[in-house]
Amino acid sequence: MSEAAVLDAAIVDTRPVLMDLKNITLRFGGVEAIKNISFDIREGEIRAIIGPNGAGKSSMLNVISGFYIPQEGEVWFRGEKRGPMKPYQVARLGIARTFQNIALFEGMSVLDNIMTGRLNRMKAGFLSQAIWWGAAEREEIENRAAVERIIDFLEIQNIRKTPVGRLPYGLKKRVELARALAAEPQLLLLDEPMAGMNVEEKEDMSRFILDVNDEFGTTIALIEHDMGVVMDLSDRVVVMDYGRKIGDGTPAEVRASQAVIDAYLGVAHD
Amino acid sequence: MTETPAATAQLRSIPALLARNAAQLGTRPAYREKEFGIWQSWTWSEAADEVRALALGLLELGLAPGDHVALIGRNRPMHYWAMVAAQMCGAVPVPLYQDAVADEMAYVLGHCGARFVLCGDQEQVDKVIEAEASAHSVDRIIYTDPRGLRKYDHGRMDALADVQAKGRAARADIAAELDRRIAALDYDSTCVMLYTSGTTGRPKGVVLSNRNIIETAKNSAEFDGLGPKDEVLAYLPMAWVGDFIFSIGQAYWTGFCVSCPEGAHTMMTDLREIGPSYFFAPPRVFEGQLTNVMIRMEDASRLKRWLFHRFMAVARRVGPAILDGRRVGAGDRLTYNLGKLLVYGPLKNTMGYSRIRVGYTAGEAIGPEIFDFYRSLGINLKQLYGQTEASVFITQQPDGEVRSDTVGVPSPGVEVRIGETGEVFYRSPGTFVEYYQNAESTASTKDAEGWVATGDAGFFEEDSGHLRIIDRAKDVGKMADGTMFAPKYVENKLKFYPDILEAVVIGNGRDFCAAMINIDLNAVGNWAERNNIAYASYQELAGHPRVYASIREHVEAVNRSIADDPMLAGCQIRRFLVLHKELDPDDGEMTRTRKVRRAVINDKYADLVTALYDGSDSVKTETEVTYEDGRKGKIRATLRIEEAEVMGQSEARKVAAE
Repeated sequence: MSEAAVLDAAIVDTRPVLMDLKNITLRFGGVEAIKNISFDIREGEIRAIIGPNGAGKSSMLNVISGFYIPQEGEVWFRGEKRGPMKPYQVARLGIARTFQNIALFEGMSVLDNIMTGRLNRMKAGFLSQAIWWGAAEREEIENRAAVERIIDFLEIQNIRKTPVGRLPYGLKKRVELARALAAEPQLLLLDEPMAGMNVEEKEDMSRFILDVNDEFGTTIALIEHDMGVVMDLSDRVVVMDYGRKIGDGTPAEVRASQAVIDAYLGVAHD
Repeated sequence: MTETPAATAQLRSIPALLARNAAQLGTRPAYREKEFGIWQSWTWSEAADEVRALALGLLELGLAPGDHVALIGRNRPMHYWAMVAAQMCGAVPVPLYQDAVADEMAYVLGHCGARFVLCGDQEQVDKVIEAEASAHSVDRIIYTDPRGLRKYDHGRMDALADVQAKGRAARADIAAELDRRIAALDYDSTCVMLYTSGTTGRPKGVVLSNRNIIETAKNSAEFDGLGPKDEVLAYLPMAWVGDFIFSIGQAYWTGFCVSCPEGAHTMMTDLREIGPSYFFAPPRVFEGQLTNVMIRMEDASRLKRWLFHRFMAVARRVGPAILDGRRVGAGDRLTYNLGKLLVYGPLKNTMGYSRIRVGYTAGEAIGPEIFDFYRSLGINLKQLYGQTEASVFITQQPDGEVRSDTVGVPSPGVEVRIGETGEVFYRSPGTFVEYYQNAESTASTKDAEGWVATGDAGFFEEDSGHLRIIDRAKDVGKMADGTMFAPKYVENKLKFYPDILEAVVIGNGRDFCAAMINIDLNAVGNWAERNNIAYASYQELAGHPRVYASIREHVEAVNRSIADDPMLAGCQIRRFLVLHKELDPDDGEMTRTRKVRRAVINDKYADLVTALYDGSDSVKTETEVTYEDGRKGKIRATLRIEEAEVMGQSEARKVAAE
C-alpha cells in the first residue's frame, strides 16, 4: 500500500460512524441471503459493496435503506438504533437511493422527475397547492432553485424539459442520481450506478460520484461490478460472497486478500 | 450613434466605451446568461461595476502593464469582463480555444509569456497545470467555476469571485492607480491578441489595437444599422476574432446586449429563447438546422408535410425577391403572406430566427440551396469575407445584393486589390499591428504600404463589382497536363450534399483528381435508420456499399457540374474513397476552426493517396487517433476505392494519348 493510501485510510478511520450494521442476518424462507454480517459506514466516505452475482449485495443495500428488515441484528444510524420504518420515514432520515433497474416516471420531464425528489420538503396544504398561492408558490420556487442547482451540477441542462422515456440509458441513470440528490441525503445509496454503460459514460458517472462526495460531503454506499471503478472511487470496500462477508478494508487491502481473489477468480479443485 | 466629434475623440479604448455606455445606457441590459434555468441579466452600469471590481482585483494580484492574460473558457459574461478588466490594467487579453489540448496550450502560453491565466473550470485548470511543465511564465491561475477545485493548491490560485471581492476591498488604496492606467490607454495600445489557427505551422499571435477594433466595429455597425436595441447570442469560440468583434467591439460601440447560452449543448434552445436580431454562424450551423428541419418534416403528419412543401415552393420562387424589396405579383405576395402565417413564421420561431434583422455566414462556402432556404423564409442572411488580420471585415454583402456565390463588396474603409497572381490584397483601419514576436511573418504578410496578402485567390465580377473567392492561393495548382487545379472549389460542391461532412480533393501535379470523403454521421445515420441498414460503428457505416453508392452519385453529379466550366473541367474526380474516421482537430487534420490541413492529411494518409493512384480496389490502413483527454490509440480499416464517371473529358484524354 502506498503512503498516500495509508494516510487516506487513517483519515477515514477517524471519521464518526454514520451507520453501523451489527450481526445482520436476512432470510427469505429457508434461504439465508445475508449471514451474520457486520460493518460500518463512516461520515463522508465512499463505501463500496462488491461480490459475485447472488452474493447478497442488493439485499444488503435494501437492509441499509430499511426496505428489508433483517431477522437478526441491529441497524444503528447516527447513533440511534433503527426500528422498522416506512419508506417515507427513511427518506426523512436523510437516506436516498438509485435502483439497479431505473425507476423513473417515463412520461414525465426530467425536471418533474427530479422535483419528486423534493416532495418530502413540500409542506404546503392541499388547498394552497391547488390554487398555487402563498406557501405553495414559495415552496415551489425554493425547490425549483435547488433542483436547478442539481441540474447544473450534473450537466443535464439541455434535457431539462425532455420526457425521461426519450432519453438514452446513460442519461436516465444520471437523472435518477439527480432525483436522489434532490432529497439532499446524508447517505446516498447507489445500486450499480454504472451497469450497462460504456467507458465514457462510466468516466462521467465516476466524476459525478466523486464530485457529489466532495462538494456536498454526502456519504455514499454503492454496489458496483466494475472493479476498476470500485478501486478508484471508494475509500473502503466490503466484499460479500454467498451472503457472507469475506473481506473489508481499503481497496488495496481487499485486492491483496486471498479470500477475495478466490471468490472472484474461482478456486482450483484438485 | 449620435456622437459629437468631441465625445468620439475620447472613445479611444474599450474601457472608455464601457464608461460611456454605463453613463448613457446605464439601465439597458448589457449581458445576459442563462444560469440555473433562468436568464440572469446585467445592465451596462452593473457590468461596468463588475468589470471594475475585477480590474481592481487583478491589480491587487500584481497584474502589470504589458502582461498577457490568457483566457480559456466558454462564452460567459464574466469572461468578457475579464478581457476588459485586463485591458484596464494595461495588460493584453489572449483568449484561447477551449478545446485546445495541453501541448497546444503550452505553446501559446509560452509564446506570449502569459503571467495570468483565467480558466472556466477544472478541466481547463488541469490543462494549464499540465502545460506549465513547458510554459513556465504562469504566475497565477484564476478560475470561474469552483467545482472540483477545492482540494487544489490555492497558493497561487483564486476564484474569480474572490478576485472581485479582493478588488472591492482594496478599492480605496488602488483606485487611483487603476484610473491612471485606464487613462493611459489610447488608440494605438493593444486591445487584444488572438492566435490564428494556421493551416500550416504553429499558430501566430495577431496583435490588434484599439484602433483596429473600434474603427472596424464602428464601420460595420453603421453598414448594417446596428443599435443599442439589437440582441446577439455569444456562442462562438471566444478565441475567434469574430466573437471579439461582435461581442465586444460592436457591442461596446453600439451598446447592444450580449446573451450567453447555458452551455454548448443548450445553444439551440437558448437561441430560440433569446431570438437574436443580429446573428452570425458558420455554414455548418445553418446546414445542421436545415437537416434537422428536414428530418423532422419527414416524421410530420401528411397534412403538415404537404403544407410545408407547398409553401416552401412558393417561398423559393418569390421569397428572396420580397426580401430584397423587388416587385412581386399580388397573387404571389398574398400566397407568401399566407405561408408566413402558416409555415415560415412558426418555422422561424422554432429555429430562433423570428426577430432576426441581419444574419451573416462566413468562414466556408455555403451551399446555394441552404442559403436560399433561409433567405426565402425572409431571413436576411448575408455573406462576408474576412480574417483575423483584418479584424474580420474585408468584404460583405449590402442588403439587396445578396448571392450565394460571392462574398460582397469591400467593407466601409477597406481597400481591396487583386495581385498579379490572382491573390487578394486589402488595406484597412482594421489591419493588424503585427504578429507577436514574429517580425519575419509580419513582413511577409503586410508590406510597407499596409497591404496585406490574404493568401486567397479571387476576382471581382465585372458587372456587379462583387468579390468571388476561388481557393487558397497556395492550394491552387496545376494538373499534370497543365489545367488548373482548385481543390476547395470541388470540395465545396461535394460538401453541399448533406451526407458529406468533409472532402479532401487531391490532384496537384497528377494525371487526374481523386477524393477522400467524410460522411456526416447525423445525416447518413438517419438515412440508415430509415432504410433499415444496421451498423455498429462509424467505420462500418462509412464502408457500407449503399453509402458508397450514394456518395458515388454525388461525386458524379459534381463531375457533371464541373464539366460545364472549361477552366476547371480537369478537376473532375475519377477515383474516391470514404474515410473510416472523421477528420478531427485533435488529430491535427483540421484547424480548430475546421479547415482542412492538406499537408498533414497528405502525409498521414500517404498510403491511401498511393492507393488512389495505383489502381488498387482496396487498401488496408492503420490510423492514429487522439482522444479528447489527449491519449492516443490506433484504428485499423480496409477501405474500398471506387471509380466515378467523368464527363466529356475522357475522349479528349484519349485523343491526347494517341
